[in-house]
Amino acid sequence: MTTMSAYEIAESVRDQKVTATSVIERSISNANALNPKLNAFLAIDREGALEAAERIDSIIAKGGSPGRLAGVPIALKDNMCKVGLPTTCGSKILEGWNPPYDATVTKLLQSEGAIIVGKTNLDEFAMGSSTENSAFGPTLNPVDLTRVPGGSSGGSASSVAAGIVPIALGSDTGGSIRQPASLCGVVGVKPTYGRVSRYGLVAFASSLDQIGPFTSSVMDSAITLEVISGFDPKDSTSYDQEVGSLSAQRGLSIEGLRVGIVTEFIDGSDPEVVGALRDAAEGLARLGAEVVEISIPETKLGLSAYYLIAPAEASSNLARFDGVRFGLRVEGSNIEETNVLTRTKGFGAEVKRRIMLGTYALSSGYYDAYYAKAQQVRTLIKSGFEQAYQRVDVLISPVSPTTAFKIGERSLDPLAMYLSDVCTIPSNLAGHPAMSVPYALDSQGLPIGVQVLAPALREDLMFRLAFALEESASGVPTLDPSIKEAIIHG
Amino acid sequence: MANIEVSPDELALSGGSEFLPKGWELVCGLEVHTELKTKTKLFCGCENVFGAQANTNVCPTCLGLPGSLPVLNERALEIAAMIGLALSAKVQASIFHRKNYFYPDMPKDFQISQYDIPLNADGYLVLPSGKRIGIERAHVEEDTGKITHLGGTSGRIHGAERALIDYNRSGVPLVEIVSRPDIASPEEAREYVSELRSTLVAIGASDGKMEEGSLRVDANVSVRPVGEVPFRTRCEIKNLNSLRSLVRAITFEARRQVDAYLAGEKVTQQTRHWDENVGRTVALRNKEEAEDYRYFPEPDLVPLRPSEEWIEGLRSQLGELPSERRARLVAGLGLSATNDQVETAISVDLYPFVKSALDAGVDPKIAVARCANELASLTPLDPGFEVSWFVEILRMETEGGVSATQAKSMLSEVAKSLISPKDAQEKLGISQLSEDQLTGTVQEVIQQNPAEWGRFINGESQLQGFFVGKIMKVTSGKADGKAVVRILRNLAERG
Repeated sequence: MTTMSAYEIAESVRDQKVTATSVIERSISNANALNPKLNAFLAIDREGALEAAERIDSIIAKGGSPGRLAGVPIALKDNMCKVGLPTTCGSKILEGWNPPYDATVTKLLQSEGAIIVGKTNLDEFAMGSSTENSAFGPTLNPVDLTRVPGGSSGGSASSVAAGIVPIALGSDTGGSIRQPASLCGVVGVKPTYGRVSRYGLVAFASSLDQIGPFTSSVMDSAITLEVISGFDPKDSTSYDQEVGSLSAQRGLSIEGLRVGIVTEFIDGSDPEVVGALRDAAEGLARLGAEVVEISIPETKLGLSAYYLIAPAEASSNLARFDGVRFGLRVEGSNIEETNVLTRTKGFGAEVKRRIMLGTYALSSGYYDAYYAKAQQVRTLIKSGFEQAYQRVDVLISPVSPTTAFKIGERSLDPLAMYLSDVCTIPSNLAGHPAMSVPYALDSQGLPIGVQVLAPALREDLMFRLAFALEESASGVPTLDPSIKEAIIHG
Repeated sequence: MANIEVSPDELALSGGSEFLPKGWELVCGLEVHTELKTKTKLFCGCENVFGAQANTNVCPTCLGLPGSLPVLNERALEIAAMIGLALSAKVQASIFHRKNYFYPDMPKDFQISQYDIPLNADGYLVLPSGKRIGIERAHVEEDTGKITHLGGTSGRIHGAERALIDYNRSGVPLVEIVSRPDIASPEEAREYVSELRSTLVAIGASDGKMEEGSLRVDANVSVRPVGEVPFRTRCEIKNLNSLRSLVRAITFEARRQVDAYLAGEKVTQQTRHWDENVGRTVALRNKEEAEDYRYFPEPDLVPLRPSEEWIEGLRSQLGELPSERRARLVAGLGLSATNDQVETAISVDLYPFVKSALDAGVDPKIAVARCANELASLTPLDPGFEVSWFVEILRMETEGGVSATQAKSMLSEVAKSLISPKDAQEKLGISQLSEDQLTGTVQEVIQQNPAEWGRFINGESQLQGFFVGKIMKVTSGKADGKAVVRILRNLAERG
């Protein structure tokens, strides 16, 4: 990566080696230069970001304290609210909607001096694994422009991988942070459910959604998570428990740490992906970790349970897009017709598919067979993990069974697309933290990530292992030549 | 079926099924929605008030904006549990569900409510008549916004030209109290709602105003031949905005169903709308058309697990319920349990006054009468009006220190000027005449009206009022009526 880490930027800005304004200028210039190729951003806020940068610079000039992320440019996945910018969720149905309020994460980042430079592309309402389901066109992978960046947070992954911003936030409902992080070669973290407030995140599946960072380094993710974690009186499901210092985990020994390789996640994965995981395991063993293989058979049921629970919640969460109060309205002769016309025109095919699936799963007469059964499976998966964590401290596995696939390769086959998330979904169902650490490249030079999974609220252990993995990682991906060429260096 | 309209003179029905053809009986259960008197809404910090300018008490959460989340109002939960306790229900661990259906007054297109596990279950309410009505459940849910349909003829959604939506009411806390089908007559339904309302008002849960929609009633009505055990098909009647509508609608609907059975027709399960102007119920939708609400547990809220300690704390805040207040007043009075004065005196605003007066030894009849008549007419009372003033005036009246008329004017003056009874007495120039002075005045009046006096002492006791009136006039009302009567009688005995 050509860019400085967020940690380094904030330090330089605080020490007045660079101004926040110059950092932001460069980030915005790169966003404008690269976006025609990547389509990673749906909005770039030059004016707002520069204004914020000037404020940071003037605080520093007056000797004030500008915060841990002073002057750091940050991109938000476009399903998080920030006053002054539209929130589209990658959908036509939210056309023209400007949220009148900030998400809690937006406020927390800004309170530490971070500067929001824009909003990133996503699969419509975060439903997808390739960012091809955006109503505003697909985002491309900066490592190979013929390939997808993964999804649904593809815009955030792509913008960090291309070095436009050192930090972007994504949301992860079934792998939407970890899978694109793996496919783009960056770090991506899904914290414990409830660690980060969801207030201001447009809901896809409320019991699974969780916000987390994309960064180039494990350290930047640790710092970002420290900033955005915490109890929020506006989110009843947020945890009232400190996340503690994650950045302090760097350099801590993993000697004696018991690491389990989840065998079920290896079974369907490409040999090169499995090879990278084995290398990673060997690296950890050399550092003194006790690596064992461990079977959690319940996780095999994850995908099926997920595709009942997530669509069920989505069918309810997305009901409000009815043409009455905000966004698109296609006028009908009565209210029912307005609802139907608006939703027919405003939602894309994948969103409609999931609303129908979810509506069906909750219908009277089918609830017990589908939704209720899926919830029982969810409990099983959770206890499967809990049993595994009696034998090991953390788990590792592939993130995605494959490396980045070609644009259009799976977009006509929903089931093939759904399989992209087979290794990531169980963590969402369990509510446990998991992250993707870039580890190796395949024979085509495409990034392969390793997933680190930990028990609920044990982000500390997860990061300790992630720091160790980062040390032994091999092969930094080379950006696509046309991207490399377009990058403006500071 | 136009022959079964209900005339207003049929409103005073008694407790039985006499309003139905012989051999038939009513089976009725009520669903009462009450808005809770909280400062803020159920899931956000917006103010909960009636009558504010449209769409001014709103925020991302109660407007259902994308990304917003609900957070439960603890006070609303406390009040909801107090309702359960007042209805002798079990306050239990429960969860919220989403009830999904599209309607423009509901910003999220789902309502956060409770489904299979309500906060309060299995209670009852004892009516003043002594009848016990079972309560199946009392659960918490959010209110919807309010739609005004403009244009068109029906005032309803179909046919209207435009609809205006006020979301101030969206998210206001509601408790839905579902009775068992124990109600056997329209009059009993009225009595139930009335007692429930008094109870809700007494514990400070609701202001009980049906006209402002803070108490709303739906009735489930079916009929069956007397002696038949299973229930027959029921219809749910909506839009019962007053006790009068409630009684008329149940009466109409029960007769409609009996007529249908007698004509060999079937009654279909329906939701029906009460049209107060026409005096009849009309079908809204059949059960087959009923929505599938796709209930599922609300993932944005955590389960409720009330502790014993919390419940007992709320129980201690309940205070005296209307039934207990009524029993206390009735005991000392020998009055009927459904006496209007008693009902007024046990209302939440007035009861503290009557209670203090009784504790101070005031004649119960005087306490209840002054409270229900004079004090009630002075409401809303200034917060500066002291209970001790009320008690002092009534004690003076009980002891004969002032007349009833004087006590009434003193109450009025004290409430108006917020001065002590003593000052009011002075200001009004009220001084009790001495027994001697009063006797002198009575004798003067007798001398001026010898003919009437003659008839009075010869047994025409109805002339007592004539003399009392004259004496009151002469003394400008300063005389104690009781003392006047006593003197008159003494003089009459002496001839």
